[in-house]
Amino acid sequence: MKTQAEHAEIARTIPLDKIDVSNPELFAIEALHPYFARLRKEAPVHYCAESAYGPYWSITKFNDIVAVDMNHKVFSSDHTNGSFVLDDTTLNAVEGGISLPNFLGMDPPTHDVHRLAVAPIVAPQNLLRFEAKIRERTKNVLDSLPIGETFNWVDRVSIELTTMMLATLLDFPFEDRSKLTRWSDVVTTRPGYGLVDTWEQREQELMECLAYFQELYAERKKLPPQPDLVSMLAHAPSMQNLTPTDFLGMLVLLIVGGNDTTRSSMSGGAYAASLFPEGFAKAKANRALISSIVPEIVRWQTPISHMRRTAIEDIEFQGQKIRKGDKVAMWYLSGNRDEEVIDRPMEFIVDRPRPRHHLSFGFGIHRCLGNRVAELQLKVLVEEILARYSQVEVVGEPVRVPSNLIHGFIDLPVRLHA
Amino acid sequence: MPKIIFITSDGTERVVDAATGQSAMEVALDNLVEGIDGDCGGLAACGTCHVYVDPDWIGKTGPAAPGIEQEMLALTDNVQETSRLSCQIKISEELDGLVLRMPEAQH
Repeated sequence: MKTQAEHAEIARTIPLDKIDVSNPELFAIEALHPYFARLRKEAPVHYCAESAYGPYWSITKFNDIVAVDMNHKVFSSDHTNGSFVLDDTTLNAVEGGISLPNFLGMDPPTHDVHRLAVAPIVAPQNLLRFEAKIRERTKNVLDSLPIGETFNWVDRVSIELTTMMLATLLDFPFEDRSKLTRWSDVVTTRPGYGLVDTWEQREQELMECLAYFQELYAERKKLPPQPDLVSMLAHAPSMQNLTPTDFLGMLVLLIVGGNDTTRSSMSGGAYAASLFPEGFAKAKANRALISSIVPEIVRWQTPISHMRRTAIEDIEFQGQKIRKGDKVAMWYLSGNRDEEVIDRPMEFIVDRPRPRHHLSFGFGIHRCLGNRVAELQLKVLVEEILARYSQVEVVGEPVRVPSNLIHGFIDLPVRLHA
Repeated sequence: MPKIIFITSDGTERVVDAATGQSAMEVALDNLVEGIDGDCGGLAACGTCHVYVDPDWIGKTGPAAPGIEQEMLALTDNVQETSRLSCQIKISEELDGLVLRMPEAQH
């Protein structure tokens, strides 16, 4: 495996048409940025003819990404046309993958029907209901952490808090909640990346997920409607004909969307606090900055590296001819580092003007549904961290998720200072 | 200089000066009116500048436009007949005194 520095040199000299930013190895060591910087400058709409996922276009500049994200009539998300991630095996029945259809992978009008069935979970009145619970859990988790000793922030804080939140949103049996983390990871990981060994094993684990939720569904169906996602699906008039495949597809979207993403932001926030201690000190002195720190964490981390679309007609875009059937990757991770739109984009700036102007939630009809729940969890976490510690120090090299989709951490060795 | 009146969901009123040619969302952001986020910067791509146009004014602002504005509003909470994305309301002298009410929260 090459180093970041070696990749920086390769990124500078490699012929443009040989650049393949989908390679998970690059994400495992965060070596992407020099490649993205070159593409933004020299080939902002770039064609990669050969990759593990077949040929694909990369969109790397902020405003181009917004344009593609908004043009859902040409750039389809629908699972019948392709997928919303580069790797077709994640959600479609190809190679060894299984079909996991869900509304992020649907175009209107079906998209709207499915999305609206679960959207009430993040309505303002539900968020209000969640805040006290989130605060209590966050305090408990932080109070259990050692001071002056090294521990893995990902396990002890990020996974713990986001899994509890997801269990609440689903009203999932609390003692079994680690299953949610497992299923979430299994969905987004191909066999051979340290999680599952074979496609059969992946399918089997996802079928266990389905069976578990079918039981919950049957119970909730008998009860009056409750404000949790499983009950909502059981009672929504528009969701009465869901097949098991559709049900599992919806579940994995809710599980991954409600888990992996905020997990990565919580880890990224701790990493940023360590790398930019002057910003941390500023925030400690002025808590009003929390409202801009939260979106800055989400931008700086960019928990989802890309979303993919499939062109369903020929289109000329920024001088390039994208053909019907082509895969198009919108690299949010690159757009959020576009220096023409974001000032000093590599830096974590706690008092950035207009911090909410970032790509991490996507734009257009597929914009992140849970963004306010994510921000609420991050706000509470940042508040409680600032109230407790003088410094959050990352004391070793982080271990990152080897994925071109999930931009997160496996191990973040942290030491807290009182 | 047209004045725009923003009213929060709990009834608090803010009267602010606008420049013609600005969008109502930009007016809100420039004047730090709480309750309008405008995450996408004015493209009707995020739905975080949702307002209810006062019924007396909807004739002048017009209803939500077909295409992305209507598509985004279709996915927004608590939409009413006079719902608009304020980034799509362009301020003119004719809109002096425009009353815009805000939802409880933006999503």
